[in-house]
Amino acid sequence: MTLDYQPSQESLSKLTPVLTKRWLSPDAWKIDVYERLDGYTALRKAFKAHPDELIQLVKDSGLRGRGGAGFPTGMKWGFIPQNDGKPHYLVVNADEGEPGTCKDLPLMMADPHSLVEGVIIASYAIRANFAAIYIRGEAVHSARRLRAAVEQAYAKGYLGKNILGSGFDLDLVVHSGAGAYICGEETALLDSLEGYRGQPRLRPPFPATHGLYASPTVVNNVETIASVPYIVLGGSAWFRSMGTEKSPGPKIYSISGRVNNPGQFECGLGVTLRQLIDLAGGMQAGHELKFWTPGGSSTPMLTDEHLDVPMDFEGMAGVGTMLGTTAVQVFSNQDDIVYATYRWIAFYHHESCGKCTPCREGNYWMVRILHRILAGQGTVLDLDTLLDACDNLLGRSFCALGDGATSPVTSSIKYFKQDYLDYIEGRKTPMFKGELVGAH
Amino acid sequence: MTDVVPKVDTVKLTIDGIEVEAPKGALVIRAAEQIGISIPRFCDHPLLAPAGACRQCLVDVEGQRKPVASCTQPVAEGMVVRTQMTSEVAKKAQEGIMEFLLINHPLDCPVCDKGGECPLQNQAMSNGQSESRFVEHKREYPKPLPISTQVLLDRERCVLCQRCTRFSDEIAGDKFIDLMERSSNEQIGVFRGNPESPEDDAPFNSYYSGNTIQICPVGALTSAQYRFRARPFDLVSTPNACEHCAAGCDQRADHRRGKVMRRLAGDDAAVNEEWNCDKGRFAFQYTQATDRLTKPLVRDRKTGELREASWPEALTVAAAGLAAAKDNGGVGVLTGGRLTVEDAFAYSKFARVALGTNDIDFRARPLSGEETEFLGSSVAGRVDVTYADIERAGAVVFVGLEPEEECPIIFLRARKTYLKRGLASYAVAPFVSRGFEKLGATVILTTPGAEAEVLGESEQLREALSADGAILFVGERLASVEGGLSTAARIAEETGAKLAWVPRRAGDRGAVEAGALPTLLPGGRPVYDPAARSEVAAAWQLDAGVLPSASGRDTDAIIAAAKAGQLGALLVGGVDPADLADPQAAEQALDAVGFVVSLELRLSVVAKRADVVLPIAPAVEKTGSYVNWEGRVRPFGTVLKTAAMSDARVLDALGRELGLELGVGDVAAARTQLAALAELPLPGTAEAGTALRGSVRVAVPTVAAGAAAAPTSGQAVLASWHHLLDNGSLQDGDGHLAGTARTPVARISKSTAADLGVADGDAVTVGTGRGAITLPALVTDMVDGVVWVPTNSPGSTLRRTLGVAEGALVEISTGGTKS
Repeated sequence: MTLDYQPSQESLSKLTPVLTKRWLSPDAWKIDVYERLDGYTALRKAFKAHPDELIQLVKDSGLRGRGGAGFPTGMKWGFIPQNDGKPHYLVVNADEGEPGTCKDLPLMMADPHSLVEGVIIASYAIRANFAAIYIRGEAVHSARRLRAAVEQAYAKGYLGKNILGSGFDLDLVVHSGAGAYICGEETALLDSLEGYRGQPRLRPPFPATHGLYASPTVVNNVETIASVPYIVLGGSAWFRSMGTEKSPGPKIYSISGRVNNPGQFECGLGVTLRQLIDLAGGMQAGHELKFWTPGGSSTPMLTDEHLDVPMDFEGMAGVGTMLGTTAVQVFSNQDDIVYATYRWIAFYHHESCGKCTPCREGNYWMVRILHRILAGQGTVLDLDTLLDACDNLLGRSFCALGDGATSPVTSSIKYFKQDYLDYIEGRKTPMFKGELVGAH
Repeated sequence: MTDVVPKVDTVKLTIDGIEVEAPKGALVIRAAEQIGISIPRFCDHPLLAPAGACRQCLVDVEGQRKPVASCTQPVAEGMVVRTQMTSEVAKKAQEGIMEFLLINHPLDCPVCDKGGECPLQNQAMSNGQSESRFVEHKREYPKPLPISTQVLLDRERCVLCQRCTRFSDEIAGDKFIDLMERSSNEQIGVFRGNPESPEDDAPFNSYYSGNTIQICPVGALTSAQYRFRARPFDLVSTPNACEHCAAGCDQRADHRRGKVMRRLAGDDAAVNEEWNCDKGRFAFQYTQATDRLTKPLVRDRKTGELREASWPEALTVAAAGLAAAKDNGGVGVLTGGRLTVEDAFAYSKFARVALGTNDIDFRARPLSGEETEFLGSSVAGRVDVTYADIERAGAVVFVGLEPEEECPIIFLRARKTYLKRGLASYAVAPFVSRGFEKLGATVILTTPGAEAEVLGESEQLREALSADGAILFVGERLASVEGGLSTAARIAEETGAKLAWVPRRAGDRGAVEAGALPTLLPGGRPVYDPAARSEVAAAWQLDAGVLPSASGRDTDAIIAAAKAGQLGALLVGGVDPADLADPQAAEQALDAVGFVVSLELRLSVVAKRADVVLPIAPAVEKTGSYVNWEGRVRPFGTVLKTAAMSDARVLDALGRELGLELGVGDVAAARTQLAALAELPLPGTAEAGTALRGSVRVAVPTVAAGAAAAPTSGQAVLASWHHLLDNGSLQDGDGHLAGTARTPVARISKSTAADLGVADGDAVTVGTGRGAITLPALVTDMVDGVVWVPTNSPGSTLRRTLGVAEGALVEISTGGTKS
């Protein structure tokens, strides 16, 4: 890390520390520290409102889901049928597993109570008396912090029966997954939470009516729910003062790769990569930006042409990609695009749940073709085959995991076909030893 | 059988430019079928919930960004669908999926059992590309993986459509197979415990496992029985009705070079839908048993041994013997429950006309006089309940019937209805069997013998049976419960519930209709009613007084009479004495009686004791009909054309030898005769006759409910029924099938176990003065002082060994050494 690097004022002005404001306060994960730092004040305020008012507030704030798809949160809450006689559930998706994404786990490490508080407010709004946080199994430290926070919240009466004398009851369970990327898909997550094999469910019916235990369920990302207390305290106008009109609010960008100071930077939606790299201490010495993902590997990658594109839902869609989880991975001219793509597809192959044919077999096939290209045994036709396999996979798979798997392949060939041809045509030293192939 | 098709709301949509009207909620793939457009598919199955897993059926729907899986997409008003026929997008999507499926599928069609009838093979040809671009290594697995002794899995062929796992979960309720692992390593498997101790594994334990083989769209699932035995294109297929039980399944028998190679479930929406049980599917090798009879046998006067004889000689000897016996004590006729209705009719007519007796009974099991009356009053000629009624029933109650073990298709239909709309099932039984558990049944735990009392007095059951369309199912086992059938008839009458009698064997119901009973003539006509007799006499063109007017003796009485030397001869169809209440008495009767004619398939216990053995054809070698428990006629044609003759044809020849023209030798003629007397829509008969024309119906029995026996210390009341897969002789010859049978155990309650000082797995001995059975104990939630053992399973041949039936008191003790 270059200590003397100073980001520009313009970049620094983009920082909007809201969700991350307590991260540097010592022991902010302890409940008394959290309480000192405004903790659980939003909850007290929320209890004074009617649940419907809270749903309206979140609608007015324009908060969009932070898990990648950007669905308006208030609308999602509004879909929950009220007075239907069925129990309602809030499920927080903390199965953060998208390659490059690192925002929910640090949030739960540094400031778990903000999530717990958000859960209570959201549950109150949708009239759920049971909430669950489904946390990625590998995230042992975060889960530990979170469990401790939940325990403290129970001890202080923020969870359990008649919370703060409001008459509202809520139980909150922290459930650790067993290491499956697919369980970040909300219906697979629900199946897994119910104790079944985590595979996506057929939709419709949607979780809003038939979610956990076939009851109305809201599934939200950690960052989405953690945003709620701030909206309650600051109001929708304040929230809309950050970000853009269609993508309001602050967002935690996690930047990694060839930058000097990788980490989480909370900015208003619409910050550019140039500003993010600046905030992250600039590119590492000797490295020039070559390609980057705006929101994890499932979002088509971009190049140095796109340094100034605003990173909000619309801006990213405008250049043929997606905001995703704002997991910015920065790669340089010293990184091998073909190898990176191979590694990503190996990931998708490893994580495909196996339910549908295109994802299960398509990734199996693509990872082998990419391996063969890296072993110097590729042909030009392989590139057509890869693109056609992606065409047969994109939009044909059961859930979005399959769609996401095509992104690295199609975007890398789109921008860097020459790198593939260098392996295929022998200009680059093979990375693997070849093996005999043929029809079987 | 007057199913009214309810009016359904429909929507109009366009598929490939053709307007279709489809029921609301129907899937696009079904709507396309309506107009003859076949969209390729693997995971889709009309009787399973949509999965959308294989993605083969993608179509283009106007307004949708992505291609849509037509197997999960319901139709909508105004929807515009383009299939592979008119849409390049759909066509390419399907070809793409097909290529994906084939990259990991071995090209072993030339040696694969499915080759030639394989949906993957066929659809790869119709909807795939001719060349694969895949040049890498394919998935490999050790093969095959036995998921039971019968069902084998070749994982590399599997396309992971999950039809098998969904069937096992949704239809059979036996979730013993599931997906394991993930991604391209995903595979179907069974639970494996410690690899060091394979006994911890839980194999695919299901009576319906064979269906998964049939619905597998590739050659991944095969049966040990059929694997590598034949190619589909070498087989000749014949529609067939199952001979194993009273469910009446439609089946298909495939044969090659004079041998049936396999049987498949037929497609009959009204009866078995598209399923059957493993007994129906796999148990057909008995016809090829080494002791199969093909030539008549006659007992040699000099040696006293059976020797082969010509048909003329055997018929002459048999006719002479029967004629002599007719005038010297008379002849008793035992027909067994395996006959076609035409054969049963032949016996019925032969007994009355040729032998001048009403001593005829088809019941080869414990029975009662009460039951005889009940069959006349409440079964013969009645078609009150159908499978479809189960789907409409407000509640179903089972008494003396464990549907999964004793009539598996009733079980499937009840389970379907239970899952679909929570059908309330009740049972009067000694414990909650697995079948009852899968139906979510409320079981009133009852000591055998007390069923009538419980049924008569339970307010819960009375309320259940008062529900709209409620059905009271009574099994044949209720015959041995005093007052059981009387109470059932009374309660059904009082509550308005429908009453269905469910026998265990395929021929039982037909035998009732054909009059193979001591008190009933064909069509449920009481023997004692002169009007009934004159109707039958007129139909048979008999002189007045030829038909015997006195009620005959039932199976037990016939045996007792024979044993006491009061009968001149016995004419026995396919009866195994071991099935009777007292096998020992039956054998003594056979030994005591002067002359025995046995019509048999194999050299059975009866045949060995007979004076003349006349070989008859098994079901696959004849034409005929069964009548299932509903009263539905299940006709079938000859699968294998052999020289073997049906019972009816042999009896016809025997009649001719006695100078009579019975006219039952030809199936069509027998059907015409029977149709004139019974209300059975037999094939080829112009109109169904009317039963009981001008005659009376037998009165409903009114036997008071008996009480269960009271065991003293060291005793227990015996409870039992047959396992679906057991020692039954029609299951002989298939070890793979036998391997999937349930393990025989002795079930006792916790306190009974404590009294004996046994725990699960410890040996328990159940005995009578005649013998003893020792089985591992299984502590079960059941009535104290009752022990349940299977009726006729390995190590538990109840009647043969103990000589008692359900409800009897038996001695119970620890088996000494732990098993």
